[in-house]
Amino acid sequence: MARYTRVAIGLHWVIALMILGTFALGLYMHELPLSPTKLKLYSYHKWIGVTIFALVLFRLAWRLGHRPPPPPPSMPVWQHHAASAAHLALYLLTLAIPVSGWLMSSASGFQVVYLGILPIPDLLGKDKGLAEQLKQAHELLNIVMFAVVVMHVAAALKHHLMDRDDVLSRMLPFIKPRSKDS
Amino acid sequence: MNSRFLVAITAAVAAFALPAWADNIDHAKSQISFVSKQMNVPVDGLFGKFSAQVAYDPKKPAASKAEIEVELGSVDTGSAEANTEVAKKSWFNIAAFPSAKFVSSSVKSLGPDKLEVKGNLSIKGISRELTFPVTVKTAGGNNTFEGTFPLLRLQYKIGDGAWSDTDTVADEVQVRFRIVTTSSK
Repeated sequence: MARYTRVAIGLHWVIALMILGTFALGLYMHELPLSPTKLKLYSYHKWIGVTIFALVLFRLAWRLGHRPPPPPPSMPVWQHHAASAAHLALYLLTLAIPVSGWLMSSASGFQVVYLGILPIPDLLGKDKGLAEQLKQAHELLNIVMFAVVVMHVAAALKHHLMDRDDVLSRMLPFIKPRSKDS
Repeated sequence: MNSRFLVAITAAVAAFALPAWADNIDHAKSQISFVSKQMNVPVDGLFGKFSAQVAYDPKKPAASKAEIEVELGSVDTGSAEANTEVAKKSWFNIAAFPSAKFVSSSVKSLGPDKLEVKGNLSIKGISRELTFPVTVKTAGGNNTFEGTFPLLRLQYKIGDGAWSDTDTVADEVQVRFRIVTTSSK
């Protein structure tokens, strides 16, 4: 069975780890009292967000030139559609969430300076009310993504453990597919 | 409760004590702002309340004098969270030092509409000499003085302790001012 390309596999897992890390960081940091550590963590969170955004763009470009392997023939059509919808949602969310964070940062009066070196232009001026709305949008989008990721992981495990097909293993690095065909 | 009451009293006394001398600036047009750098991100801030007394004669620039007192409690650092933070002991310690003061010691002409002002800036009980260029514009009997100077916050122990880490909050803060005097002399 066809696997994803090495680049696609690498991007998937690197982005997944970054999302997991910065999601946890986001949950942790906003409760902290103001301190140098808090300022650092906010910056790291933003830098990781910018990196995720750039990697997702690259991943989409890569995907255009390297089509993902087809679903196993045994998979019902509705599941294939559900999987496609979930993947589309994940791509959109991994782009929309960094953008909402970037806009929220601008509206709060804090420009994003990537890695402390590269200033990313502010699309919005400082606006407290708008900053609050964007914060809520950023949180809401994250809750939605959390739900989609849970489904995504559950589906992958179901394929691997119950259907015993190659859907998960073709995205795993260093693992040989279970079978040549199917 | 008690300490909050004390703070209120201190603030009231400070507010009362501020206009001890005649102020001759147009507050609607004058502004004292600053740019701090947090994780290399420039953040705009300003002081909402200050009073100043400026004496300036374009024919005798060397005789010019300026005295500016800034109410530190009127600071807007750019976020509510930071405004609460900078009132604390390790920053401005506003309860003990409610204001910052600049008093000029000498003024030199640097050519038309340009001055070099030297004076002492006192913040948190620490006084340091500063020298910076000022541009002057005169229109309709009003003088507008504008300038920028770098303030090294750690020289005044602004943000000491954990906050003295300059990788997080840079030592240098750019202070920008525009002082417009009222036309009556």
